[in-house]
Amino acid sequence: MRELLQIIGCAALVGALTIAVDSGVWLTFVMMALYASLLALAWNMLGGYGGQFSFGHALFFGTGAYVQAIAQVNFELNPWLALVLAVLAAAGVGLFVGALTFRYGLKGSYFALVTLAFAEVFRVLAVSFGFTGGGVGLMLPLRESFANMQFGSRKGSIALVLGFVVAAMLVTAWLRHSRFGAQLQAVRDNEDAARAIGVDPWRVKLGAIVLSGGFMGAGGAFYVQVFQYIDPAIAFGPSSSVEALVAAIVGGMGTLWGPVLGAVVLHLLAELTRNLFGSLPGLNMVIYGAVLVLIVMFLPRGLAGIGQSVRDVWRGRRD
Amino acid sequence: MTEPLLSLRGLSIAFGGLRAVQDVGLDVMPGSLTALIGPNGAGKTTLFALMSGFLRPDAGTVRFDGRDITGQAPHLNARAGMTRTFQIVQPFASQTVRENIAVGAHLHEPGRAAALVAAAAVAQRVGLSPQLDKPAGDLTVAGRKRLELARALATQPKLLLLDEVLAGLNPQEIGEMIPVVRGIAASGITVLMIEHVMQAVMNLAEHVWVLAQGQLIAAGTPAEVTSDPAVIEAYLGHGAAARLKEHAR
Repeated sequence: MRELLQIIGCAALVGALTIAVDSGVWLTFVMMALYASLLALAWNMLGGYGGQFSFGHALFFGTGAYVQAIAQVNFELNPWLALVLAVLAAAGVGLFVGALTFRYGLKGSYFALVTLAFAEVFRVLAVSFGFTGGGVGLMLPLRESFANMQFGSRKGSIALVLGFVVAAMLVTAWLRHSRFGAQLQAVRDNEDAARAIGVDPWRVKLGAIVLSGGFMGAGGAFYVQVFQYIDPAIAFGPSSSVEALVAAIVGGMGTLWGPVLGAVVLHLLAELTRNLFGSLPGLNMVIYGAVLVLIVMFLPRGLAGIGQSVRDVWRGRRD
Repeated sequence: MTEPLLSLRGLSIAFGGLRAVQDVGLDVMPGSLTALIGPNGAGKTTLFALMSGFLRPDAGTVRFDGRDITGQAPHLNARAGMTRTFQIVQPFASQTVRENIAVGAHLHEPGRAAALVAAAAVAQRVGLSPQLDKPAGDLTVAGRKRLELARALATQPKLLLLDEVLAGLNPQEIGEMIPVVRGIAASGITVLMIEHVMQAVMNLAEHVWVLAQGQLIAAGTPAEVTSDPAVIEAYLGHGAAARLKEHAR
C-alpha cells in the first residue's frame, strides 16, 4: 500500500513538473531518464528478482522496436495496435529463450552468454532479411497526431513513457507482495531449497523472463516512436542491454526504486561529464566509467541500499 | 494391515564406479517416527535425494502415498506431500524468517497475507516466533536449523524427510530441538530422519534402518540395532564387535 502511494506520488510529481516546465533540455532529460528507467525496471524483474543475469536484453528491446516499426511500415497498422503486438512479440521471444535455456538449467555466466548470443543472432538476422530493411534499417514516416503515437512535443512522449514506467513499477511492487514473486526470489536465493518446498523453478523463471521481455519490448517500441528510426545495430547491439543492466545494478538490484534511481543518477552523471569535459572528447566516458567502478566497489547494494551499506560498515567497525 | 506411506524397492544409483546406494528397500508406515543412521559416506543423503526426486535412480522404485513417483521432480513430490530438509541449511538469506517460511506456505496458499499468517503459526511450532522479522542470514546455526524445519512444515507435508536437523548443535540446543521433532510427529506427520546424534535416535525413533556403504545392513528398534555386531563393525571397523565382547567379559 505504501509502495503504491509512493509510485503514484512520484508519477504525479513528474507529471506536474513536465506540464509546468517548458525547457527543452529539461524535458529531454526527463524523457531519457524515464526511458532508461523503463529498461532498467524490465531487466530488474529477471535479473534483480529472479537472479538470472541477462547480458542480451537488447534481444527483447530490438524485437519490440522492429515489430513496432514493421507493423507500421510494411502493414500500415495503427501504432497503438502495433505497440500491443510489439510487447507480445518481445514477451514471446522471452518465452522461447527462457524455455530453451531454463529447461537445460543454464545459470550465471552461461545464461548471460546465451542471451548475448541470441541478441547477436537476431542482429545478424535483422541485417539479412528484406522486411527489416536490412542494414539500412527502417524509417517511420512522420505523421504527427495522437492516433499515430507521434506527439510533436516531448510532453506527449513523456506521458507515454511515464505510463510504461508506472506499469513496470506496479508489476515490480506485485513481485514484492505476491506468491509468484516470493517463489521467484526463493529460486534466486537458493534453487534447490525452493524445489524442496514445492517451487517449480522452470515455471517461475519463465514467468519472469516473459514479464521482463515484455517491458523491454515496450522500451524498444517507445524508442522507435520517438526517434522514428531503427537499424540492426541500435536494436540488437549491446548498448540497450548495457544501459538496462548497469542502471539496475548501480541503483540496486531486487529493489523497487533502485532501477529508477540508477537510471536518473547515471543520466545526470552523463550530462554533467559531457558538459564539463565536452571539449576533450572521450574524457567524459573515462570519468563515467570510474564512477561506475566506485559505485560497484563501495555500494554493493547499489544506491538504493546506501543506508544498509553504511550500517554494515559501521557495524563492522564497532565489532 | 495398513499400506506403507513410503515404500522403496531395489533402489540403486552409481556415480561412475562408486555404487552410492545399492538395492535398498524399506517401508515407512504412516504416522511413524523413524530414523536412518549409518557412518559418514554411507549414502544416507543420496538415498534422501533419490526419494525426494533430486536424483533419479539407476534402478528400483519409489512409491509414495500409493503412487509410483520414481524420478518425479522434487516440487511435484512436495505438492504430493513429501518435503525434505537439507543437512547444510539453505536459507533464502536476503529474506526475513517470516518470508522464508511463507514460501513453504505458498505451496497450498496462493494469498500473500494468508501465507504470512500461516508462516507465523509455523514459526510458533518450532520456536522461531521471536526471530520472525530478522533476515534469515542473521540467524545462528540453531536458528537456521529451525528455519529449515519450519519451511518444510509450512508445506503441510504428510511425510517429512529430515536430514540431520541436529548436526552442529550443542547439547543444550539438541535438548531443545528433540521435543520440537517429537511434537511434529505427534501432530500426525510421518517423520523419517537421518541422524548422527545417537542420543536423539535412541530417544525419538521407533524404528531404525542402518545404511553402510550404500546397503542396508540392519533394521529394528534402536536398542536392537545398536547391539547388532554388523552395525558395530560398520561404525568401528572389522573385528570391533568381537573385541568389545571380549572387553565386556
